[in-house]
Amino acid sequence: MPSTVSFTLNGEPVSAEVSSRTLLVDMIREQLGRTGTHVGCDTSQCGACVIHVDGVSVKSCTMLALQADGADVVTIEGVARNGELHPMQAAFREHHGLQCGFCTPGMIMSALDLLQTNPDPSEGEVREWLEGNLCRCTGYQNIVKAVLSAAATMRG
Amino acid sequence: MDDSARQHSGERISGAVGTPIPHDSAHLHVSGAALYTDDLPEPRGLLHAAVGLSPVAHARIAALDLGEVLQAPGVVDAMTADDIPGKNNCGPVVADDPVLAPGVVEYAGQAVFAVAAESVEAARKAVHLAKVSYEELKPIIDPVEAVAASSFVLPSEVIERGDSRKAIDAAAHRLQGRVSLGGQDQFYLEGQIAMALPREDGDLFVYSSTQHPGEVQHLVAEAIGRSSKDVVVECRRMGGAFGGKESQPALIACIASLLAHKTGRPCKLRLDRDVDMLMTGKRHDFVIDYEVGFDDDGLISGIRFEFAARCGMSADLSGAINDRTMFHCDNAYFLENISIVSHRCKTNTVSNTAFRGFGGPQGMFAIEHVIDDIARYLSRNPLDVRKRNFYGKTTRNVTQYQQTIEDNIIEDVVTQVESSSDYAARYAAVRAFNADSALLKKGIALTPVKFGISFTATHLNQAGALLHVYTDGTVHINHGGTEMGQGLFTKVAQVVAEELQIDIDRIKITASDTSKVPNASATAASAGADLNGKAAQAAAQTVKRRLIQFAAEHFNVEPSAVRFENNEVLVGGQAIGFAELVHLAWFARTSLSATGFYKTPKINYDRSTFSGRPFYYYAYGAAVSEVIVDTLTGEHRLLRVDIVHDCGKSLNPAIDLGQIEGGFIQGAGWLTTEELWWNEKGELKTHAPSTYKIPVCSDVPEEFHVTILESQANREETIHRSKAVGEPPLMLSLSVFHALRDAVASVSNYQVLPGLNAPATPESVLRAIDGQRAAG
Ligand code: FES
Ligand code: FES
Repeated sequence: MPSTVSFTLNGEPVSAEVSSRTLLVDMIREQLGRTGTHVGCDTSQCGACVIHVDGVSVKSCTMLALQADGADVVTIEGVARNGELHPMQAAFREHHGLQCGFCTPGMIMSALDLLQTNPDPSEGEVREWLEGNLCRCTGYQNIVKAVLSAAATMRG
Repeated sequence: MDDSARQHSGERISGAVGTPIPHDSAHLHVSGAALYTDDLPEPRGLLHAAVGLSPVAHARIAALDLGEVLQAPGVVDAMTADDIPGKNNCGPVVADDPVLAPGVVEYAGQAVFAVAAESVEAARKAVHLAKVSYEELKPIIDPVEAVAASSFVLPSEVIERGDSRKAIDAAAHRLQGRVSLGGQDQFYLEGQIAMALPREDGDLFVYSSTQHPGEVQHLVAEAIGRSSKDVVVECRRMGGAFGGKESQPALIACIASLLAHKTGRPCKLRLDRDVDMLMTGKRHDFVIDYEVGFDDDGLISGIRFEFAARCGMSADLSGAINDRTMFHCDNAYFLENISIVSHRCKTNTVSNTAFRGFGGPQGMFAIEHVIDDIARYLSRNPLDVRKRNFYGKTTRNVTQYQQTIEDNIIEDVVTQVESSSDYAARYAAVRAFNADSALLKKGIALTPVKFGISFTATHLNQAGALLHVYTDGTVHINHGGTEMGQGLFTKVAQVVAEELQIDIDRIKITASDTSKVPNASATAASAGADLNGKAAQAAAQTVKRRLIQFAAEHFNVEPSAVRFENNEVLVGGQAIGFAELVHLAWFARTSLSATGFYKTPKINYDRSTFSGRPFYYYAYGAAVSEVIVDTLTGEHRLLRVDIVHDCGKSLNPAIDLGQIEGGFIQGAGWLTTEELWWNEKGELKTHAPSTYKIPVCSDVPEEFHVTILESQANREETIHRSKAVGEPPLMLSLSVFHALRDAVASVSNYQVLPGLNAPATPESVLRAIDGQRAAG
C-alpha cells in the first residue's frame, strides 16, 4: 500500500509516496535524491548510512520510511551552515580522517551525536562510540584525531 | 623543477610535492557531495539488475526455467549464458571465467542468470522465482585435497637455487612444519557496482567502480560482441578497492552491459553485501609446508617451501599472485639454498583474486613463521635470528630470482624501530610479566618488511596521461590511474602543480576514462603514483617546453632564461603571470595539450626461468607489536604498535601516513579477526559483517606510533624520489601474529613451538594454547 510520508529534511519540508516496506535510506537516496548517505552493508552493521532523526543518530537502513513521518531528519547534506563546513567536517578534512570517503558521512553523523551528549569525550570514549561505524581504509587513527579536534573546537 | 630551484624560490605554490595537503575530494567526502557510482544521476528508463546465484559448489545445470521470473511484476527481461551475443568470459588473463554459468556451476555463489527490472526490489525478488535444478557433482573445496587430486588452475611452478636438500641434511639443526593461513575479503565499503548506458549505434558507456577501466572496456566489448572502440568506461572514484576491484568489476559490468545491450535501456547492477561476498574473489588462503636446516645461531643453510593456494574455480590473477608469493618468501632474508614449489589449486570456491600485497604477504608470512620457529627451537630472541639472516649490502644480496638488491636499508629501519619502541627492555618486561601472571600472557615481536615494487609482468609497467592547459591558465589532468581513496589523484596533481609551478587549485583532476587515456594498466602493485605521476609529469613537461620555446621567441631571450616559479614565468628579468603567458601562447597558435607516457626503466625478467629483475626497487619497513592474551578464552588485545616505514621522499606525508596506518590495521584484521569459513559443501558461511569481522575503531591499540623513515630518497629515479606505499605497510601486521605466537609460547614457558594458524581468532589461539598444555 503506498502512503505519503512527510518530514523535515535538513530544514526543508519534504514528502514522498512510499510503500510500507520502503527503507528510510532508500527514500532519502532514491526518492529525495540526497545521495550523501551511503549504503555499505544493507544490514545495519557498517554505519555508512547514519543520519539524525529527531536529533538522534540512527542507521537509516534499519528504519522504515513510514517511521520517519513528522520527524526532523538531518543528513550529511544538512550539516554545513551557510556554505561553511561544520567544525566536524573541517576536522575530518584537515586531519585526513578519510581516504575513500565512503564511510565519512556516517562517521560524521555518528560523531556529532556523541558530542551532543558528551562534548568532551576521551579517546577511549570516541573509539567505543564509533564501534558501529566501519572504515576499511584509515585504520581509524585520523578519524579519532578529527573527532577529538572537532570536539575541542566546538567547546570553543 | 629540481630541488635546488625549489629552494631558491621565495614563496611556494600551494600543493607542492612533499606537502601534506588533504585529499583532493576531502571537502566533498565530508559534505556527502562526492559522487560514487551509485550516487550518479540516474538516466531516464534505468533498469536495475539482480543476479541469480548457484547455491551449490559444483553441479551440472539440468534445467533452468525463468518463466516465472519474467512474469514477475516489474521485470523487463532476464538472461542466461545462452543469451550472451559475444564471449561468455570475464577472465583477465585466461578465458576461463564465465560471466554466467554455461551449463556447469563451479562454486556456490556463481552467477547463473541475471534479471532486469524497474526497481532494485523487483529485480531481487524475482530472482527467487527461477526454477533451476542441479545435478550435483563432487566438489573439491580445500587446497590440500586439490593437490592430492592434481586439481590446478595453472601448472605448479618451481624456483630452485643451490641444493636445499643437501644443505638441510648437512645442517646442525632441522625443523619441518605445516601452517595454514586464511584468506581475506576486501570489504571495500562501497560494494561492486556498474551502470551501463546504451549510446547511439549500439555503443555503450559504462560507469564502473573499477581499478582497471581498460579491462572492463575490453571484456564488456567482447561480451556484447563488439570491439573496444564501441565501449567507454569511466570511474571517478571508488569507495575502497584494495585489489578487490582489479579483475572482479568486469563481471559486474558485463552483466549490467549485457542487460543494457539486450533491452536497449540503461541498466545498473549494485551487489548487496552478502551477494558481493559470495560472488566475488578474495585473498588466497594457503597451506604452507616447510623444511629448514640451520646452525646454532639460527643461520639458515637450506630451506624448502611447498605452497598450496586456494585459487578457486578459475585462474583469474592467480598466476601473478602466486609468483609474487614465490618472490616474497625470502622477505628480508638471504636464503642461499632454497627450493620453492607453488601449487595453484583449483577448488570449487569463488575464484580468489588480488588483495593488497598480491601474494606477497603470504610468502612473507611463510618465512617469518620459519624464522620464528627456529628462534624458539634455539631459545633465542627471534629478533637476533632475524638479523642473523638479513640480506647483506654487498654480499649475500642476491634473491632467489637472481635480482641483486641494491637498495638494502633493512638494518637502518629495524634499528630505528628497535630503539624507538624500546624493544629489548619490553621483551624482557613481557617475560617478567608472564612469569608472574598465570592467566593473562603477553607477547611481543618485531618483524621487517621488504616488498618489491613493479608489476611482475613487465609489460604492465607503463602509463599514459593527458594534460590540457586552458587559456585562463587552469589545467585539466587525466591519467590511466584510478582513485580508490589512496590519494593517487592528489599526488598526481601535486606533481603537475610542481612541474608547472602553479597552485594546485588551478588543476582539475578528472575521472579515469578509457576514451582519454587508452590501454592503461590496473591501478595496482602499489605502482599508481610511480607510473601515473611520471606520465603526468611528462605531459606537463611537454607543454612547458612549448611554452618556454614560445616565450623565448616572443620575448627574444634564450630558452634557458625562461623559468617557471610560483604561478609566474620569469622571462629574462621580467615576471609574467602563468595565465598571461598561456594566453599569449594560445594567441600565437601554440598547442596547449599533450599526452605523457612512462615505462619503468631497468626491469626485465624472464618468467620461464623466474629470473632477472622483476622489481625496480624495494620498499622497507619494520614494526613492533605487543599483545595480551587471555589464556582461558583465547581473546586478545593489541596493546602497542611501533612502526618505521620507508616512503622514499614522500610526495605527500599525510597521505602516506594514512596508507601505513590503514594498511597495518587491515593486515591485523587479516591475521586475527577476519575468518572466511566454508563448510564441507563449499558454502561460504561468513558472508556479511555479522560473521566476518573487520577491525573496528576500538581494536586499534591505544599506543600506535607510526614514523616515516627520515629523508631516505629512493636511490632509483622515481617520481621525485618517492616510494610506493599502497601495499607494503599491510605486511607490518605480521608482527601482530608473531606477538601472539610469543604470548602463546609462554604457556609452555617457551618450551613448545606454538601451533598457531592464521587468522589467530580467539578459537585458533585457544587451540594453540591447548597444544602448549598438552605437549608441556
Ligand atoms: S548500510 Fe546501514 S548500517 Fe550499513
Ligand atoms: S575512508 Fe574508506 S571506508 Fe573509511
